[in-house]
Amino acid sequence: MRRFATLLDRLSLTPSRNGKLRLIEAYLAEAPDPDRGWGLAAITGDLRLDTVKPAMLRALIAERADPELFALSHDFVGDLAETIALMWPEGATPPADPPLGEVVAELRGASRREAPRLVERRLDALDAPARFALLKLVTGGLRVGVSARLAKQALADFGGRDVNEIEEVWHGLEPPYAALFAWLGGTGARPAADTRLGFRPVMLSHPLEEADRAKLDPADFRAEWKWDGIRVQASAGPEGQRLYSRTGEEISRAFPDLVEAMRFDATLDGELLVARPEGLGAGAAPFGDLQRRLNRKTVTAREMGRFPAFLRLYDLLREGGEDLRPAPFDARRARLEAFAAGLDRDRFDLSPLIGFESWAELARERAAPPEEVIEGVMLKRRDSPYLAGRPAGHWYKWKRDPRVIDAVLMYAQRGHGKRSGYYSDYTFGVWAPDGALVPVGKAYFGFTDEELVRIDRFVRDNTVERFGPVRAVRAEPGHGLVLEVAFEGLNRSTRHKSGVAMRFPRISRLRWDKPPSEADRIEALEALLPPGDADDE
Amino acid sequence: MIRPSDLLVPRPEGLYCPPGDFHIDPVRPVPRALVTHGHSDHARAGHGAVLATRETLDIMAIRMGEDFAGARQEAVPGAVVDIGGVAVSFHPAGHVLGSAQISVAWRGLRITAAGDYKRAADPTCAPFEPVPSDIFITEATFGLPVFRHPPPEAEARRLLDSLALFPDRAHLVGAYSLGKAQRLIRLLRDVGHDAPIRIHGALSRMCDYYVSRGIDLGPLAPATVAGQRGRGFAGEIVLGPPSAFAATWVRRFADPLIAFASGWMRVRARARQRGVELALVISDHSDWSELTATLTELSPAETWITHGREEALLRWCALERRAARPLHLVGYEDEAED
Repeated sequence: MRRFATLLDRLSLTPSRNGKLRLIEAYLAEAPDPDRGWGLAAITGDLRLDTVKPAMLRALIAERADPELFALSHDFVGDLAETIALMWPEGATPPADPPLGEVVAELRGASRREAPRLVERRLDALDAPARFALLKLVTGGLRVGVSARLAKQALADFGGRDVNEIEEVWHGLEPPYAALFAWLGGTGARPAADTRLGFRPVMLSHPLEEADRAKLDPADFRAEWKWDGIRVQASAGPEGQRLYSRTGEEISRAFPDLVEAMRFDATLDGELLVARPEGLGAGAAPFGDLQRRLNRKTVTAREMGRFPAFLRLYDLLREGGEDLRPAPFDARRARLEAFAAGLDRDRFDLSPLIGFESWAELARERAAPPEEVIEGVMLKRRDSPYLAGRPAGHWYKWKRDPRVIDAVLMYAQRGHGKRSGYYSDYTFGVWAPDGALVPVGKAYFGFTDEELVRIDRFVRDNTVERFGPVRAVRAEPGHGLVLEVAFEGLNRSTRHKSGVAMRFPRISRLRWDKPPSEADRIEALEALLPPGDADDE
Repeated sequence: MIRPSDLLVPRPEGLYCPPGDFHIDPVRPVPRALVTHGHSDHARAGHGAVLATRETLDIMAIRMGEDFAGARQEAVPGAVVDIGGVAVSFHPAGHVLGSAQISVAWRGLRITAAGDYKRAADPTCAPFEPVPSDIFITEATFGLPVFRHPPPEAEARRLLDSLALFPDRAHLVGAYSLGKAQRLIRLLRDVGHDAPIRIHGALSRMCDYYVSRGIDLGPLAPATVAGQRGRGFAGEIVLGPPSAFAATWVRRFADPLIAFASGWMRVRARARQRGVELALVISDHSDWSELTATLTELSPAETWITHGREEALLRWCALERRAARPLHLVGYEDEAED
């Protein structure tokens, strides 16, 4: 339990991906089975105990502490579980360090009535970091920023395997993953992959550079639109249906309308989009509408009616028991076209191929896409098999040129790791009708190390206010720093004061030459918003 | 019958003793000051005369220059000095090197101002000595039940564990220059870290002084080296004052991992606010258990509570049926110098 508590503590304060990976890898190497499997499941959210409600925790602490002292402490600490973990009275006996597996087994077997007493008994025996870990486990509030993908990478690093090998077997596994650790530790066979419905690692592309085009022969490639939805994998068969994100997270529950229509025995690669309410014939709705369906555990009938999900098909990876991934693209495409003909037309359509003879011709197509939800074109080598990851020389993405605006630097935040000591995360704004700046986004890349040094100096020399690691800088019509910001698209947002949210913003140029008064106005951004109703939510 | 306020009374410039005509830890220049310890919110320059322990006088001279006061007088721990009929004595407080409680007795009434103190073992200073008193003045920096400092050796080991796990990163540890830095170095030595420890320039004179007082800190080296920016000191421990971490100073280090040694690190939000990646809970102040245990042990007729979270300690005194009141002294920094 102590080792797991240490892992949690460090993960919660470590911002960098590599730092997190190393912490998890070290934990997997040190902790025994089944503790490490439970620990891994806990940080990825695959272990859900949720046996204790906050009200029960309050009742537990009320038996042990004066209410006024508790209230003062809670005010100071903020977090309920943390307050209780820190102030729980300690006896004279030194704290115990029970195995995580033992604690998990006890709590999984407990009824909701028994759970509070079990938790209480454990709290009496643990030290403060372990008490915190326990309370976060039982309330399901473990937020340490570890995605399933990150955990799989840590497993790969730990076992000296490629992450795609982990992906292949992952969906047949349950915590505490004894078979997986046996395989990675060299003492067991590779676990059988859940072949029909399991996730297949997705094939990804490289950006097409100017120099590439000269070297590539257009005759070797097929072109498709790069649809601006979310890349998914749809797998169905007699056992059921599963919808995965491109990192292998299962998202079936958020899209029951699409999953319901997956009545086939195949695995498809495609782009999840939402249709306009009048039907798929009217084309796909903008990304902002799709966002209404994202990051939700469940979905209402009303949302499904207004924003119906459909799949635009890119590829066929499996049909029945046949793995098509080794076949060349053209052969898979032919199979896909035949297969798609038998699918529900309201839920599935084909991503069409774009005919072209030369790069110049494709460039003209790319400049005038037929639909709004297109962010460029994809090039796929006609003879490429379907390969996991981002293999070189097979698929290319040729994105539409980004949109740019001139914005004014408003706040800067200190960076971490290699950027320690530099103000490297920037919040920028544009002018609102009332003459004030309104923040429209944040960016922390796109500049060189030399430029970072210059921006940092500007921030230090022009600080007007400090809030912890953040500084507000001078941003006036006649004095300030103008940043040219590039971004991929714009959505309406009720969460941002400005009403807009940028996608993939980054600094494209520093406009030391430009006075802030000449930066863009919010109207310029509003003009870029997709048409649509702004009255929702 | 005299009232306590006849002997010690809170004034804007600090605690004042009318019969002795002196102040304890005054925050503004006064003719005569008695100083508990060398932290800058307790020890200020410009007093007419200062009475303090030898170490505190030395520390004040190091920090503020030899002319920090018109006159200075050394207080020998345990010895009684008569000031205007008031019997004044200094007793170790266990906070930092030279730190003392100041006890004043007059016409049968004894009041002890503990200043900042802790009860946990600290090889870099003399341990706290309980002084039975009618009135005990306690600090309350960590006066909330959530503050219970873990064993400091375990925290020092956590730093070494991190060093082993991230040997490619310089471990920058924020530690105040008087007391915390030297205690942390000593703790690291005690748990087996023999390698040179790098120190920021602001720490070097105080470390030298500790060494001159017989506290072995092992090999120390400056953290300044003409070298390539961003490459330095991978896998080494570097100590600096927390203020240096917001400055360009940190750029010379290899992918720095920021740690901070402070009692505040017990609370996660505090660590996040400071951008700390490794929170080391090491404090030179009493935690909740030490505060309440000290009041129980001394059992004074009345407790006065100053700087920190007075409300919770007052509440505890009320629950325990102990007479207590807040002093509301101004000018002592809640967060600094822990």
